[in-house]
Amino acid sequence: MEKDSKDDGIEGRELREIVVPGDVLAADDALKSGVGTYKEKEKIYAAQLGVKSVRAGYVNVVPLSGKYMPRSGDSVIGTIIDIGATNWLVDINAPYPAPLHVNEVPWKVEFGDTSHYLRVGDAILVKVLNVDETKRIQVTMKEHGLRRLTGGQIVEVASSKVPRVIGRNGSMISLLKDYTGCRIFVGQNGRIWVDGEIEGIVSVILAIQKIEEEAQVMGLTDSIKEFLEGMSEKKS
Amino acid sequence: MRRNLNYGFLLGGMNMDEKKLINEKNIRLDGRKLGELRPIKIEAGVLNRADGSAYIEWGGNKVLAAVYGPIEAKPRHIQNPTKAIIDCRYNMAAFSVGERKRPGPGRRSIEISKVMSEALEYVVFTEKFPRAKIDVYIEVLQASAGTRCAGLTAASVALADAGIPMIDLLPACAVGKVEGQVVLDLDKEEDNFGEADIPLSVVPRTNEIVLLQMDGQLTIKEFEKCMEMGMNACKDIYELQKAALKERYAVFTEE
Repeated sequence: MEKDSKDDGIEGRELREIVVPGDVLAADDALKSGVGTYKEKEKIYAAQLGVKSVRAGYVNVVPLSGKYMPRSGDSVIGTIIDIGATNWLVDINAPYPAPLHVNEVPWKVEFGDTSHYLRVGDAILVKVLNVDETKRIQVTMKEHGLRRLTGGQIVEVASSKVPRVIGRNGSMISLLKDYTGCRIFVGQNGRIWVDGEIEGIVSVILAIQKIEEEAQVMGLTDSIKEFLEGMSEKKS
Repeated sequence: MRRNLNYGFLLGGMNMDEKKLINEKNIRLDGRKLGELRPIKIEAGVLNRADGSAYIEWGGNKVLAAVYGPIEAKPRHIQNPTKAIIDCRYNMAAFSVGERKRPGPGRRSIEISKVMSEALEYVVFTEKFPRAKIDVYIEVLQASAGTRCAGLTAASVALADAGIPMIDLLPACAVGKVEGQVVLDLDKEEDNFGEADIPLSVVPRTNEIVLLQMDGQLTIKEFEKCMEMGMNACKDIYELQKAALKERYAVFTEE
């Protein structure tokens, strides 16, 4: 139903009109109704508070706020909130809990043996397998790179700010990695895992907070670069 | 009946025959014209912990609205597998009125919560969040007639602030009849001693009515006049709502 907006960085574009629900976005057939919009009597309206963006013939509203809504294929960071005999319940910061079935983990788990592998409170890297029309979510760990997270820290940002933390083609995230030497993983649900030297972690967390505050400011990557330079100078 | 009960302590012994609510020049007690709103100030995103929030000052009314969700509805049996439920709670603070209000939900606030939930449910795309629940808390800090309209106006701003998809914002306004004349946005005295009071909420673009209640008596002609006046006022309030939301996020677009 909804299209991918992962790389929907609004950076560097002139048009940054803020729209509220009910605003008219387009009145003709030239454009198609995209994410965060609805169509009524040949007109397209904003359904959500956000920034209007036109790309590939679609009008979209890039949200400025709102809960994370899982889509299949999203890589997210979850925490175990409950254990069953054949599954774990994972909180992935969505409105709904996500069960992780024993068939979807890379280990051979005996019936009732689930708590030997993952315990309540453990942080895991998972991928959203499937979301059905009643928003029942399935997640998996059976893919390369998906694992239990040990060490490091997790910070949370609003899920609408995730594209800004990643940056255009991952520019922001590689900037953070280059300057601090940290390992960083950004989940689509707004949870970010950071591991490395403690000073590095501190810089990354402060930088992420800055990104979240200034998410809509032009030239964000440059100002973060400056910020990180300032941090490393202070250290030496 | 309620009106009659209120007479004594609200007036403080004032005699109604001596005081007119509308003078010969069609100016009301607080200096407004018949079709004039009280001053309205809306601010979005005032609470940090809620997913969305709004604060409104409407004449002497001060109302806070906060939105949480969508989140999975619990217990399980209240879930609707096709759409989200909107749970609105209207509450008046003990200190919101002259005589201390006994805290907690009463007959009146339960009713207002219900009609507000239904109004909001119409504009929110509830089918996007099956099995979920959206909580809307409306706290009246200071009341001066028209709190349900102020509350609903603030609640829809708070919902938009929370990033919840909806077809439109919902402005609301009261109209009524005072001393034989149709007036807009009744204040406390007019509400207590007037002849009729109609809280009204419309979807501004389509003029669909989502909330309509009436207290008192009107002729059909007067009623029609009320509706016209109210719908026009709702459009003015709608502009204020939009401005409040845009202002909140304009901070980010500067520089």
